Amino acid sequence: MTWKLGKHEFKSRFILGSGKYSLNLIKAAVENAQADIITLALRRVNDGGMANILDYIPEHITLLPNTSGARNADEAVRIARLSRELCHSDLVKIEIMRDSKYLLPDNQETIKATEILAKEGFTVLPYMYPDLNVARDLTNVGAAAIMPLGAPIGTNKGLCTKEFIQILIDEIELPIIVDAGIGRPSQACEAMEMGAAAIMANTAIATAGDIPAMAEAFRLAIEAGHLACKAKLGRIQDKGSASSPLTGYLRD
Amino acid sequence: MSKDEHLNESIISQEAKAFLAKENRSNHMEYMPDMEVLDSDLLDRVVADMESYDYDSYTAQDVRRALQHSRKTPEDFRALLSPAALPFLEEIAQQAKVEKEKHFGNSICLFTPIYIANYCENFCIYCGFNRYNHIRRAQLTYEEIDKEMAAIAQSGLQEILILTGESRQKSTVEYIGEACKIARKYFRIIGLEVYPMNSEDYAYLHQCGADYVTVFQETYHADKYETLHLAGHKRIFPYRFYAQERALKGGMRGVGFAALLGLDDFRKDALATGMHAYYLQKKYPQAEIAFSCPRLRPIINNDKINPMDVHEAQLLQVVCAYRLFMPFASITVSTRECARVRDNLVKIAATKISAGVSTAIGEHCTEAKDKGDAQFEISDTRTVDDVYQSLLNHDLQPVMAEYIYV
Repeated sequence: MTWKLGKHEFKSRFILGSGKYSLNLIKAAVENAQADIITLALRRVNDGGMANILDYIPEHITLLPNTSGARNADEAVRIARLSRELCHSDLVKIEIMRDSKYLLPDNQETIKATEILAKEGFTVLPYMYPDLNVARDLTNVGAAAIMPLGAPIGTNKGLCTKEFIQILIDEIELPIIVDAGIGRPSQACEAMEMGAAAIMANTAIATAGDIPAMAEAFRLAIEAGHLACKAKLGRIQDKGSASSPLTGYLRD
Repeated sequence: MSKDEHLNESIISQEAKAFLAKENRSNHMEYMPDMEVLDSDLLDRVVADMESYDYDSYTAQDVRRALQHSRKTPEDFRALLSPAALPFLEEIAQQAKVEKEKHFGNSICLFTPIYIANYCENFCIYCGFNRYNHIRRAQLTYEEIDKEMAAIAQSGLQEILILTGESRQKSTVEYIGEACKIARKYFRIIGLEVYPMNSEDYAYLHQCGADYVTVFQETYHADKYETLHLAGHKRIFPYRFYAQERALKGGMRGVGFAALLGLDDFRKDALATGMHAYYLQKKYPQAEIAFSCPRLRPIINNDKINPMDVHEAQLLQVVCAYRLFMPFASITVSTRECARVRDNLVKIAATKISAGVSTAIGEHCTEAKDKGDAQFEISDTRTVDDVYQSLLNHDLQPVMAEYIYV
């Protein structure tokens, strides 16, 4: 089953993040996690120079340039326009951080940038702090998906924002891609069971002892979670069924 | 001058001795005309933290407690810088490595400094560029800067740090601005390590393409600072201290901090450096924070009488304490350190390393070659390719550009 981001169609529901990279990591993401999409910090693209991240990425992979390094909507828009020129793609992930300590996204600025770029024909994927009102605004201004964070980036703390991501999944029609914080395959599986469309991860695999094995574990977990979601999870009950139902009198 | 004993006498020239003998040296706490004064209490807070820091009062238990906290508090930072933390150095290094990898993965940024002038109005008794030092002075022309930068860019580097020595008269803001504009043709990231200036000057240089400003405070102990910086703009302690804040007001993306460890009590100076960065990041949360960790090498055969000397273990302790206190900060290791120390520091806690370094004027291409003398001798003389390969051999990923100028 494929899924869509705007007009782009994908098979894999694993997206490799770009924070940490190496040849091994990208190879593992492509071969073992079978990623179709790899994000790419435009600030790392260095045209034809040494250590160019572009040299590491196979041709059949879809690049998802991000605007990391942007501190406001204006900078994000400028980086996105540059990325369209350099990467020949209308896909862009908006990342706007006004905080160098926790790297938390700035939701207000993200809405502004999303609106401008969607109008210019970009397929915009905004990274955001999971807030329902903001997710609705992003939908209204033309986002192609919503990318809430699970936990502060790089922390591997898992789905700290689980309740709020569930609300987005339940209320927002766009694909919800859980980004940042996912530290284990089990957490990726859980997010997929909840109904996420895809998972983005980087640190969890980059810092694993065995990168290819962890990449494969993520693939399996994401597939399992997605399958479980489609199969509709069985009832989970935290108390037994009442032996004499409260509504039994209606049938008397 | 009891604390001064661990300074090497040989670095104090006749001129310096004459200056030091003067009764009424100018007031180093008083701003000169034209120096912008910020309404800020940052200096008072940092000095208060430093003065109240009694590092001998910390115990192994304090260090263990600090190590248990996932986010280190200023109190944890104090414990990690104390002598009580030295026996825990292995554990501290392990934790620093984990934190570094959480934030930076295995990426290590490469850059090189370019000295475009070595004129200096200051009189810092430990520095080879000081105005009384009889060295060959030079300033590159724009054409020479262009050639030098083109030669550096050939090596594959994408980040450059422009240095001038501190003469506002010789190396004017306009001159530095032109150098930035030339650098924009060849590099993606431009940092400055020049004399402190007003926020409007920083705004101009940011417009010209610079994104980062590093200012070494050298020592945060004002009275000691006064005895080391005998003349020139640099003598004005608070103006230098507020340089990073003025740079951020001018729109710079990031600022760098450093104490020259070993000039004074290095534990107090490291504490002050960290707190300076800490308060500034709280006030300007978007600012990128960077530390450099230069040290005066201990004098050989003089170890025992100078317990405050910064040996390799103490240097590692400071670097790890910075890393754990501000895990997101960039940390640069100086080429004053040898290849062995640098390779290990980037493995453990540092994230940025210079390569292909010359501290002399115009050494990167033959035409401008050897115009002016070097500021200091470097220990790690490896080329960009050598450093690049060495990083790969250590399973680290060399990164040529980590930011984009917008």
